[in-house]
Amino acid sequence: MSDFDIEAIRAEFPALHQEVRGKKLVYLDSAATALKPKAVIEAVSQVYERDCGNIHRAVHLPSQRATQGYEGTRKQVQAFLGAEKSSEIIFTSGTTQSINMVAQCYGRPRLSAGDKVLITGLEHHSNIVPWQMVCEQTGAELVVAHIDDNGEVPLERIEQHLKAGGVRIVAFAHVSNALGSVLPAKEICALAKSHDAISVIDGAQAVPHMAPNVTDLGCDFYAFSGHKLYAPTGTGVLYGRFDVMNAMSPYQGGGDMIRSVTFEKTTYAELPNRLEAGTPNIAGVIGMGAALSYLQTLDWAAVQAHEEELFRYADEALREFKGLRRIGTAKHSMGVLSFFLDCAHPHDIGTIVDTEGVALRTGHHCAQPVMKAFGVPATARASLAFYNNRADIDALISSVRTVQEMFS
Amino acid sequence: MNSDLRELYQEVILDHSKAPRNFRFPEGANREAEGNNPLCGDNLTVKLILDGDTIVDIGFQGSGCAISQAAASTMTEMVKGMNVEDINKIFANYHDVVMGEGQIDEDLLGKLAVFAGVAEFPMRVKCATLAWHTMQHAIANDGEIVTTE
Ligand SMILES: Cc1ncc(COP(=O)(O)O)c(C=O)c1O
Repeated sequence: MSDFDIEAIRAEFPALHQEVRGKKLVYLDSAATALKPKAVIEAVSQVYERDCGNIHRAVHLPSQRATQGYEGTRKQVQAFLGAEKSSEIIFTSGTTQSINMVAQCYGRPRLSAGDKVLITGLEHHSNIVPWQMVCEQTGAELVVAHIDDNGEVPLERIEQHLKAGGVRIVAFAHVSNALGSVLPAKEICALAKSHDAISVIDGAQAVPHMAPNVTDLGCDFYAFSGHKLYAPTGTGVLYGRFDVMNAMSPYQGGGDMIRSVTFEKTTYAELPNRLEAGTPNIAGVIGMGAALSYLQTLDWAAVQAHEEELFRYADEALREFKGLRRIGTAKHSMGVLSFFLDCAHPHDIGTIVDTEGVALRTGHHCAQPVMKAFGVPATARASLAFYNNRADIDALISSVRTVQEMFS
Repeated sequence: MNSDLRELYQEVILDHSKAPRNFRFPEGANREAEGNNPLCGDNLTVKLILDGDTIVDIGFQGSGCAISQAAASTMTEMVKGMNVEDINKIFANYHDVVMGEGQIDEDLLGKLAVFAGVAEFPMRVKCATLAWHTMQHAIANDGEIVTTE
């Protein structure tokens, strides 16, 4: 891996170089939020130090620069996702808002009793609850394609629901945040399409590891969060295929989303502005642009090879660990390794490894139905980013051993 | 091992978490409440027999981390046979101690003093107090499900 210099990459992430509780930080919680490279931190600072104007409004230079940065990011996201038009990219506060927007602006006016929304058994709460809400509002029914013992969603289960008829929307995670399973997104979108349903992909856990091509995937909507993509919190994206999104009603009314307003009648702006009412997270979006620029400087083939190698290394080490059960063993997995110890509750694991500097996530990962499917209240989850290395995994294993020693 | 950690997972706590006492519902219980800690999935039900203002018997069932199980176990041991007023005094001090907001009153807390280590781990305060809050709701008999969020 000569073209992948892990030390040079780690040097770009200031948060990696700190001690917590007197130990070097071992950050294995990137699926919750990713660390930010210097370039992102500097870009955000520059907005507040220099380019501090509102966008789309004034003729003064700071406003122009902010507008250019903000709209420049839209073009970058378009390229990153392989979208046809930059107006298909809407900035949101995160995946959660993106999905709620589709549920309320696309789903709500179109769904009624007899219609169905299909999701899968491995969804994050943010790809469950918005659909439950819109079903309650419209009388539509929420149906679920369940996971198997490995944490995969067999295509046949999705097809079965589609064949049964009435499914208008298929919403699913590209990559599971609780299990790491990668879903066959392209095949699911094609199935949805052949049954006249639109497809909505929750890409929150996919984009940190791959550049999904929405045109190739054939999806109607694709949602992700900036903060998991090495960008600031409070930023997110909703991609929508132009025809579908253009027919959507506005999410919120307010400034920036109008063409003209009188007390009698308001006409709305074109996409994307129509769906971006109010002053957005300007600095955050500009930071997202910096994150995408930074990612472009990396050799992605090498990054992915490194991540895959590290995932295998971690997976093997965990599987060899006696008294530990890996949860989520889909053939195609990435980024996330969930596990459970026979002797200790995940919450205790989290606290104990934290005292060794290891940052893990423990709990239900906002995916309670997944926990239920595996019959556990919670799991411990290590999640990887390209800045992790083997030493991080070794530290994880050694700290989990400490837990086991304490409890056995 | 880190000394804060040793303070948190003392023998008493590990022992009670591995073999919780009063892990059963008392026959003829006339009060009960359920408590959840959504953050970590701790879930327990406390049932008790209240006679006047004395807890004659108490037990719990549920699942959760070592701290929440040990807290429920030691609590049931402690309060059995006590009246509500004394229990409230103990909980007030226990609460202050695990929050890191007060000194241990040894006379009140007795064995419960081992939970002082929780104060160093703010994320675990809810684990140490869930059973107590749940018991209070059982005593008040208000039918509410306790949640720590
Ligand atoms: C798969 C998945 N979907 C949705 C979300 C919600 O993202 P956010 O909280 O950034 O809106 C997350 C984040 O945890 C996630 O992992």
